Amino acid sequence: MIFAQIFFYLFAAILIVSSVMVVTSRNPVHSVLFLILCFFNAAALFLIAGAEFLAFILIIVYVGAVAVLFLFVVMMLDIDFSELRAGVQRYAPIGAVVGIILLLELVMAVGGWKIAPAAAGLRMTPMPFGISNTDAIGRILYTQYAFLFETSSVVLMVAMIGAIVLTHRERTRSKSQNIARQNARQPADALTMMDVPIGVGVKQLGILRPDAARTDPALTAPGPKVTLPEGDAVAVTHKPGAH
Amino acid sequence: MGFFSTILGQIILAALETFAVLVPLLMIVAYATYGERRVMAAMQLRKGPNVVGPFGLWQPFADAIKMVMKETIVPTGANRVLFLIAPLLTFGLAMVAWAVVPTGNHLAVANINVGILYLFAISSLGVYGIIIAGWSSNSKYAFLGALRSAAQMVSYEVSIGFVMVSVLLCVGSLNLNDIVRAQNGLWFFIPLFPMFIVFFISGLAECNRVPFDLAEGESEIVAGFMVEYSSMTYAMFFLGEYANMTLMSAMTSILFLGGWMSPVPFLAFIPGPIWLILKICFVMFVFIWVRATFPRFRYDQLMRLGWKVFLPLSIGWMVLTACALEIFGWLPHG
Repeated sequence: MIFAQIFFYLFAAILIVSSVMVVTSRNPVHSVLFLILCFFNAAALFLIAGAEFLAFILIIVYVGAVAVLFLFVVMMLDIDFSELRAGVQRYAPIGAVVGIILLLELVMAVGGWKIAPAAAGLRMTPMPFGISNTDAIGRILYTQYAFLFETSSVVLMVAMIGAIVLTHRERTRSKSQNIARQNARQPADALTMMDVPIGVGVKQLGILRPDAARTDPALTAPGPKVTLPEGDAVAVTHKPGAH
Repeated sequence: MGFFSTILGQIILAALETFAVLVPLLMIVAYATYGERRVMAAMQLRKGPNVVGPFGLWQPFADAIKMVMKETIVPTGANRVLFLIAPLLTFGLAMVAWAVVPTGNHLAVANINVGILYLFAISSLGVYGIIIAGWSSNSKYAFLGALRSAAQMVSYEVSIGFVMVSVLLCVGSLNLNDIVRAQNGLWFFIPLFPMFIVFFISGLAECNRVPFDLAEGESEIVAGFMVEYSSMTYAMFFLGEYANMTLMSAMTSILFLGGWMSPVPFLAFIPGPIWLILKICFVMFVFIWVRATFPRFRYDQLMRLGWKVFLPLSIGWMVLTACALEIFGWLPHG
């Protein structure tokens, strides 16, 4: 078990150092990367405690999704460091007050902490023997705490819908693709097939038969000479209103 | 076995097991690059690399030597440390994931209880290599590639997660070995066929493969996040990408194609690792086939497919699976 202790102190030390670095590093991107390191070490502590399900959920949710979006946003920010540092003197007292209040609250919460007598027995065997960690969490989450679980999911749902409602706007002028309409489109909606008599219209264009230009005086004459009779060589046309 | 129960013996054993997984993996990755070029060439009526060695079989090694000999360039204004960490991260994560892949009955470096969560976690970390590379390069193209990739991978992970949940509902365990063993007799790609397709396509997107390779998009943003990389750092990305592709193929095999099990009982004497490798090769062939066949998606189409098609489909199928299991009483009680 000495190994578990060594690793516990190793991960805990890295966790504390990197969480200090989150606050102190000057570059916000570095802050987010240190935050990710924090998450990893917290997950490692969970693993040492035997809570492998929580450890991997922590990595998947916080590192794999939340921190990616954090990083995404922070990287896109255009940050002027001198401007950031300019306000420090002015806002430091407010920050200090908030920090002290939080610290006092924490002290009060931890000071008033009482461990239930039944919990001491649970600590020795955190879950029933022969059941995996995931199983144990599932059994308690969907039975005893089902109401709280569902409530928290509803809260998250409301937050998600709120975010969508706040940011969504109907863009009437954007030319977005309507895939269903595109797939439903038939050739007959867009094309008209014309029956063109062979040889008609070819001579007037003078393109397909270069020889004709040499023999036909009408084509060699200067000035505008190619005039197409209406409906003569037009094979494919867009039917109005097909779009 | 006295020696192997001591601490030193355990460490040596773990190292040997790791080598036994990594060496074949790196060989597969090396020959995946060769295989991809040959298969694509055959599909496009070309010859492909056929000069170095018989049938061009030494081509991967020639490429490797060429890469090593080149100069590593770190652009001015790049964040040097992160610039060098990014390819290591991509490559390292792709290797680390293989610790839990079962290559036979209880034959994995680490047979952990939450194996599938481990794989999911590692594959969702893959985006960091790309995003850090894009940011630290201090280049517009690289940054655009990184942003595209981040949004894309986060979107497709969601549907991959739901597909995994519907497989897990049928298994009743998060252990990869149990997942393979639950497919004894009926591989999951038959009852869960739509999910198999969704998983495969999301896998393409997760690996940034054609037709979802917008992170690279060499015709629009040059090579995306790896535009500033050269020499070994580039080779790391390259290998990492193929290792990720191999990993995604292995995940497809484990979740849907019966992992290390043989398709018919009378071929069961062939060892599990060979079956797994054959299945991985098959899935990778389809990856290459897709690459040679389909044009790239536009970005809005990619997002639409992920959020408006795959997400509702996979959630719906998950609910359907749960209902069917409950109604017919097929729920596994693990």
